Amino acid sequence: MPKLKLPAPPIPAKLNPRPARPGSTKTGPLDVAAEAGISAVDWVDERTSISGAARWMMFRKVPKGTNWFYTLGSSTMFAFLSQAVTGVFLAMYYRPDAAGGAYESIRYINNEVFLGEFVHGMHKWGSSVMVILVFLHMARTFFFGAYKYPRELNWVIGVALLILTMAMSFTGYLLPFDQRSYWATIVGVNINGTGPLVGPYLSDFLRAGPEFGATTLSRFYAIHMLLIPGAMAALIGAHLYMVAKLGTTAPPWIKADSPVKKEEKA
Amino acid sequence: MPDRHKTKSKYTVDRRIPGAFEGETVTRRRFMTASAHTAGGVAAMAFVLPSVAFALGPIFEEQEQPWQDVGAVDEFDTATYVPKTITIAKGVGEAGKSTVYMRKFDPAVDKEPKDEYNDFIALSTRCMHLGCPVRFVPAAERFICPCHGGVYNFRGEVDGGPPVRPLDRFYTRVRNGRVEIGPRFSVNREIQRFSPRDPGEPLDGVGQYLYPSRPSIRKLPNT
Repeated sequence: MPKLKLPAPPIPAKLNPRPARPGSTKTGPLDVAAEAGISAVDWVDERTSISGAARWMMFRKVPKGTNWFYTLGSSTMFAFLSQAVTGVFLAMYYRPDAAGGAYESIRYINNEVFLGEFVHGMHKWGSSVMVILVFLHMARTFFFGAYKYPRELNWVIGVALLILTMAMSFTGYLLPFDQRSYWATIVGVNINGTGPLVGPYLSDFLRAGPEFGATTLSRFYAIHMLLIPGAMAALIGAHLYMVAKLGTTAPPWIKADSPVKKEEKA
Repeated sequence: MPDRHKTKSKYTVDRRIPGAFEGETVTRRRFMTASAHTAGGVAAMAFVLPSVAFALGPIFEEQEQPWQDVGAVDEFDTATYVPKTITIAKGVGEAGKSTVYMRKFDPAVDKEPKDEYNDFIALSTRCMHLGCPVRFVPAAERFICPCHGGVYNFRGEVDGGPPVRPLDRFYTRVRNGRVEIGPRFSVNREIQRFSPRDPGEPLDGVGQYLYPSRPSIRKLPNT
């Protein structure tokens, strides 16, 4: 029987349903409705055993001293999710056309589309928020010594995510295709080119040729919305798995209880 | 951990595997595993390799740099530069256009050897620091870059600031009284011609080897 108890409707007592006889197990449609959610979850769980994984992920023990600094990682993830969602919807209106269509489509998003300026603004300012959060999260990990054994691999994955975030910022900067975007990208690509030996080929790869041409913008767009987000989502998954697997660290000012003290307490 | 397979014979017959035959060393399980992995690898490479080649293709493809008419011979003199607009990338409208500063070759100023391609000097506006557009300031007789303060003299040589080499140039030629602009080339401190390099890549000393020329853009042969 469900624990949920609905208030009785204000109708004459004669019309009220009779209370169930003791010992009867008859369930009415209301009971079924009340348990519908649980039944649906049960149905999925019976076929996937996913509740164990969800419990393993969500109901973890955390060390004494865990504080608000430990939320920077999830904040970064939510910044990423915000970028992903707003980016998908911006892609519905954006056209990667270097002959003028790109600039026109951004103008259209900002001036004509309902909430367009808001969603574009979320994506534009959200990118800076994400970079700031990434660095704060990295600083927390560094100053709390949370990069040490056995969490070195998670630090390495985090650095890869930092680099991919920077690559997202670089490729995304071109997409509005105004003067600032264009010249910032010219400068950025040329900075890539100053790497000895591989630099010239790297900048040819980024531009799809020796000059900023017809396919440079679509190349940046494909890297920005397909290649890097996929890699980032996969790496965030690995990052989270390792956090759940290894657990989090206590802040450095929390002293571990010595065995003697533990005995004294007991 | 000791290798427990070490002690076994490499022949399947000796290891009493059912169905083994004389001289056989690879078990069927190993053979099946290897073939499944090979098939998977071949299938994956069938789409990965063409895609990667597709993305890297433009690095190896030489870009066409056609000759473009920029005006009559008498539009240019030796005293100052005349800005002209040419197309350096097709199909992108305004974004593919670039300004070129042009003047007549002046034996009193230009020390590089005279040939059929430099009756007119055509300087690119691409700053050799990081590629911002420089402009010619007639009063100072200098090219000045707005981004990081690069300054070039009348010949396009570095006068100050971060640029690593003189301004790029374009081949020029005269056809029926009209001046035409051809492919781009880069120059070192002595105004020797090199295949075009991107900004920020020095050409003096070991620079030309640290920043090799690319298959995608070349100077004219034998110049």
